[in-house]
Amino acid sequence: MKIIMSKNYFQVIRAGINTTFQDEGRKNLYHVGIPFSGAMDKRNYLLSNKLVGNKINLPALEFAYQGPLLKYFGSKINIAITGQVNFKIKKKDIIIDGNCYQSLNLENGDELDILSTNKSVYGYLAIGGQIDLKYQWSSCSTNTKAIIGANDGKKFENEQVINISKLNNQSVEKKLNYINTKIENIRIIKGTNFDYFSDKGKKVFLEKEFIVSKLTDRMGMRLEGPKIENVIDTNIKSEGLIKGVIQVPADGNPIVMLSDHGTIGGYPKIGVVISADYDKLVQLSPGSKIKFKQIDLSSAENLFKLYDLETQNLISQIE
Amino acid sequence: MIKNILNLGDAALYCDFGKDVNRETNTQVIRYFKSIQKENIVSINNLSPSYNKLIISFDLKKTNFKDLKKLIENLNITNEDDLENKKIEVPVCCDENFALDIVRLENKLNLKREKIYENFFSKEFFCYMTGFIAGMPFLGDLSKNMRANRLETPRVRVPKGSVALTEQFANIYTFESPGGWNVIGNSPLRIFDSSKEESPNLINPGDIVLFKEISKNQYENYNE
Repeated sequence: MKIIMSKNYFQVIRAGINTTFQDEGRKNLYHVGIPFSGAMDKRNYLLSNKLVGNKINLPALEFAYQGPLLKYFGSKINIAITGQVNFKIKKKDIIIDGNCYQSLNLENGDELDILSTNKSVYGYLAIGGQIDLKYQWSSCSTNTKAIIGANDGKKFENEQVINISKLNNQSVEKKLNYINTKIENIRIIKGTNFDYFSDKGKKVFLEKEFIVSKLTDRMGMRLEGPKIENVIDTNIKSEGLIKGVIQVPADGNPIVMLSDHGTIGGYPKIGVVISADYDKLVQLSPGSKIKFKQIDLSSAENLFKLYDLETQNLISQIE
Repeated sequence: MIKNILNLGDAALYCDFGKDVNRETNTQVIRYFKSIQKENIVSINNLSPSYNKLIISFDLKKTNFKDLKKLIENLNITNEDDLENKKIEVPVCCDENFALDIVRLENKLNLKREKIYENFFSKEFFCYMTGFIAGMPFLGDLSKNMRANRLETPRVRVPKGSVALTEQFANIYTFESPGGWNVIGNSPLRIFDSSKEESPNLINPGDIVLFKEISKNQYENYNE
């Protein structure tokens, strides 16, 4: 790969486990076979951009578990990290422990070491300015499966660079007091095949605990626990999927569709996670316990209004 | 016609066109899909047409299930036969290195491979839908004696370009992907091209596909 460097850039010393560029995702392509993608935890993504003074829907770096180690070259730049993230900034002679939800300055030669996400999965790094990226279908979100989006459709690799085409030079430091809260129950609406499952199966789904398995990524979250018994058919005629759908294949273990999911599936849909709980769902790391709670459509709509209002409030607190 | 509209979660309409999977039902689905697409309704995020369903996902900030359902129910759907049936020829090489499951199929279908290929290449296929992975076309219908189930254990990696059968359908793997269909050959034709943002898929719902056998030599020297 030929590396062209602009005046201001980051050198990726360590790529991290699954670091990609993400924004709000791309619409109207399910029928082609391309999922929505975009930042998994939307609220934290929007907040990161706001903290550095960007338009809130600009691309940011999303990382999972272990983030990247980046060395910066160029004029002073501001960055912000959101989520529950441990990171350090190494300057010439000092190492500073970083705080999330706060804009920070980096100078030529500084290193930003994103060590880990703490008891969560995803974190976001916004860079004050414009990253030089390729857009496809009005989004730069990287979808590694269809090999589309920024970074040639691939996750970050060691030694690559991130070119910044424009700095926004925010002079005031911005800060937000925000704590990510844990969720005890993931609320769901009954799926279109809810009645494929036995009374016992429904009870298991709504009353028992499941564990998030290691086989969880941006495409889907596999759960382990007591089996959910199907009494009609373990296959349906293949049909569309949306994020949040919980499918139960023949083995009785539920799979929740996440942002990079396959667009068509043939397993019965037992439930759908409500929109208001999606950001919290994706932050449940492997080994976490999860319990589903059934609510009705109008409650789900009201909860989304609350979620959205809270997000808008947080954004307006950063001024 | 739509038989019933349910909600799928809090941000999608689940439109049911009936139980049967056939061209007639699917043509209805595609007609609705194209009509709604033309309307450019800003609150709609995505349309997912499949054999007998249409899922309409929407932005919960802009509308809700009840309002969008009303809007869809009152849409004027053209009933004319305005579907363009583009005909597409897809070259397939059936060299043994590509035909990963031909022996399995010979046993399952109780047909000799020559007969399987003869049946396959003499058929016109109809594209019911595209998806699962970007650009993958679901093509039907295989005659009754050509229908086999998925592999008992799906492959972790099905090679890109694989042409495969299951039940009444054929498909083409546009990317290397996990999958459980019976692979009978490989096509060098590019079915999905992300650089063509306007129409990345070569094969779209409603199109007619004809497969044409090519030799290993033709495959290796294939030039679009």
